[in-house]
Amino acid sequence: MLKVKNIHFNYGSSKILNDLSFNVEEGQLCGLFGPNGCGKTTLFKCCMNFLKYHMGSVVMDGVDIKDCSIEDMAKIVAYVPQEHKPPFPYLVKEVVLMGRTPHLGGFFGISRDDKEKAWNALELLDIAHLANQPYNQLSGGQRQMVLIARAIAQETRIIFLDEPTSALDFSNQMRIWDLMRKVKDQGITILACSHDPNHVSWFCDKVVVMNRSGILCQGPPHDVITESVLNDVYQDMCAVKSLDGIKMVLPRSVSNRVW
Amino acid sequence: MFEVFRKGIRLKDECETNIETFSDMRKYGILFIFFLILFFAAAIAMIMGAYEISFTDVYATILANLGLYGDVSTVSKLHNTIIWNIRLPRILLSITVGAALASSGAVFQGCFRNPLVEPYILGVSSGAAFGAALGIVYPSVFSSVQISAFIFGSLAVLAAYTLARTRGQTPIVTLILGGVIIGSIFSALVSLLKYMANDSALREIVFWLMGGFDYATWQDVFVTVPIVFVSFLIMWMYSWKLNILSMGDEEAKALGVNPEKSKLVIITIATLVTAVAVSTVGIIAWVGLMMPHAARMILGPDNRFVIPSAAMLGSIYLIVCDTMARTLTTSEIPVGIITSIVGAPYLCYLLRNKGRSLLG
Repeated sequence: MLKVKNIHFNYGSSKILNDLSFNVEEGQLCGLFGPNGCGKTTLFKCCMNFLKYHMGSVVMDGVDIKDCSIEDMAKIVAYVPQEHKPPFPYLVKEVVLMGRTPHLGGFFGISRDDKEKAWNALELLDIAHLANQPYNQLSGGQRQMVLIARAIAQETRIIFLDEPTSALDFSNQMRIWDLMRKVKDQGITILACSHDPNHVSWFCDKVVVMNRSGILCQGPPHDVITESVLNDVYQDMCAVKSLDGIKMVLPRSVSNRVW
Repeated sequence: MFEVFRKGIRLKDECETNIETFSDMRKYGILFIFFLILFFAAAIAMIMGAYEISFTDVYATILANLGLYGDVSTVSKLHNTIIWNIRLPRILLSITVGAALASSGAVFQGCFRNPLVEPYILGVSSGAAFGAALGIVYPSVFSSVQISAFIFGSLAVLAAYTLARTRGQTPIVTLILGGVIIGSIFSALVSLLKYMANDSALREIVFWLMGGFDYATWQDVFVTVPIVFVSFLIMWMYSWKLNILSMGDEEAKALGVNPEKSKLVIITIATLVTAVAVSTVGIIAWVGLMMPHAARMILGPDNRFVIPSAAMLGSIYLIVCDTMARTLTTSEIPVGIITSIVGAPYLCYLLRNKGRSLLG
């Protein structure tokens, strides 16, 4: 569904992405995992065509995005930015309806069908009761859910999420990941970046681990979120334990403490 | 239905379900009410003036001139001049200029993602002021004050835009800075011209800078109305895209809107109408800043409704201010002074009371 091949990108003379390749299969929830500053966001932006990569190729849903127009891109992939506040107090229903933009035609072009799809997206995420609230007065977790609803209303086969849980509290983090599983079950392919090793190992079907020099390894979380990989990424400070068969990543200082 | 109280948030209307939530009928209704108010404001403004003419005489004159009822030759010459050649073009011009400034103000605010931006932000007013001053001081070189004002107004924006464009992108901050730089250059040049001008030219420059409708003619109406009307339709057409643009460039791209292309189109159109308005009636402050806010307070931030309602509110506001300008005292007060005096307290009110909800 998503094939990234030998991609290169540099800001001026400093190399950010050096020969990266990975694949995501249809209907997978893929986590892009790595420490701050390893180029996750840059890779994201290259895949979204926000930044022009210098070499390599990105193929989504069978289309090489290099010569894809902005309008056509928006029908292939939806993007959920980190939650933010727009300068105007749009209502939640208006924000979700914005997701229908790539499918609109005519003068204003918002049809009954578009409104229905926006409503269904709200219901799928269980936030229909927020429809008439101003988006910029919601809590961070609610705003993130509205943005996910917007991506669903956009009806693309791939959704990208840029650190969807980084600014949220524990319960909201879990809620967002559960939601992503729910969306994935609808057959949508998801690529989400995260810097929490537990999250990607608990919720993702596939994990791509990055560090500053490129992609370290990729595969099912069981195979890639291991002590040796994590210690490579985080300079010898992690321990991986198993709790009833569920992997837990702990800092070594905690796991070595005598309880 | 018990979910209504979940998380302490109450639904406004418990019966509201599904697609009715998205209904815009109420907003269309408000637009229609604005239209009615605009119509009656114009109709009442026609009757008011320094020279008293009765209601029936006013409308008899208009109907005769439109060829609908009666004959122009039967109407008194004086009435005909006052009603048909002075008041009517003046009111039509107020409507046009108000709509132009207010709708382009809404567009600039959306594009620049900043609710405190006004249409003069890119230097069009100072450019136009310089053009007008040139035309006034050197009438032999620049025969038409209006055309010269228009040319320099557009030139100023073009310069600001060129200044801000780097590597195929025009970041908002540099664009606004470009506008400030170009604006200050032209303001300095206007001061220079004022310094060099003789007494009567100086007086005329100062009067032009304050803005006014007192020279309104049918010719002005014929030039501005079509341009403003067509531009308004284009801006309205782009209003949904403007919503998207106000979320930021990257999100706009992700939602299938090309931010560079769309912004270029709508900023160009908004600048064009502003330049046309400024060159016709001089610099009228506040309308472009205030009316989009008023519209947003009443109808919410969706630009599909903000643009037309701001336009109508701008027209109503200018009709009221201009009527005050010509009736308050025996001589004319420049309308720019009145819009500022009436407008500033309103903005203070907005800032103190609505600042939180309006500006997020």
